Amino acid sequence: MTSFAEQVAQFMGPFVGRVPHNKQLGLRFIAAADRWVELQLPFKPEFLVDPDHGVWASGPIITLMDTCVGMASMLARGAFEPHATLDLRTDYVRSPKAQATVTARGECYRMTRQIAFVRGLAHDGDPADPIAHVAGTFMFSASKLAGGWQ
Amino acid sequence: MTNPALATLLRDASGRLDLLPYAAMLDLSFERVDGELQLVMPFADTLIGSPGRLHGGAISGLLELAGLLTVIAAQPEGEALPRVRPVTVTVDFMREGAPVETRAAASITKLGRRVVNVHASAWQGDRAKPITAAHINFVLDWPER
Repeated sequence: MTSFAEQVAQFMGPFVGRVPHNKQLGLRFIAAADRWVELQLPFKPEFLVDPDHGVWASGPIITLMDTCVGMASMLARGAFEPHATLDLRTDYVRSPKAQATVTARGECYRMTRQIAFVRGLAHDGDPADPIAHVAGTFMFSASKLAGGWQ
Repeated sequence: MTNPALATLLRDASGRLDLLPYAAMLDLSFERVDGELQLVMPFADTLIGSPGRLHGGAISGLLELAGLLTVIAAQPEGEALPRVRPVTVTVDFMREGAPVETRAAASITKLGRRVVNVHASAWQGDRAKPITAAHINFVLDWPER
């Protein structure tokens, strides 16, 4: 019998990169276990907001981190239930290296009846030297209309 | 951001934001509405994050750009522009993003020389019902004199 994490890695993992906006950015699944997920975002010139200084836009990083911690919350939930981001804070501790592939690792550290509490980091090669930290919450069954990962 | 062409562009009544590669990817344009700088993100299938909903990351990206461009537009005319970069971005998701046009605008809470505190919100049709809002702290790096 396969665990939920294994099911996710096999079926939902590749699916992450097929979500239209994730696909546009080129986001890809790396690995998952019971409460954490690792995703990757290879560099594209379209991610920059200031090409003169190599400054990244927030959008691609937040898309990566939101997807990553959202998936971690689903793993901690142990079921494909509709969920939606309630809030997400991103702290940029330093700029990514030029043209870096950004790796995200997100975990759900607490699950309640309705809320998943998540945190994660993004790095450009060395997890001990991150470029960004995130903290946030997800609401489960926030709305019957919420699509989630169904 | 030190591109003087951008500061000049933002003084127009409307225009496209293709100078910024990420804004070009999202097909963004801007309009001055009663003096306020509003960003317009047309719906595209590539913005979808889950069935029938916009990806929160794309809406967050729109909010950051609304903040960034409002900060650029607030700098004194004719002076060198600083590099503007976000240090903290906190996003609240209030309503799901429908597959329609999204608008965003930002207001500056405090315009400092080194730090600018910004509030940005995004809406679809009804300004009084924002779908997403962000609190962003930008740091300005001034070019050497």
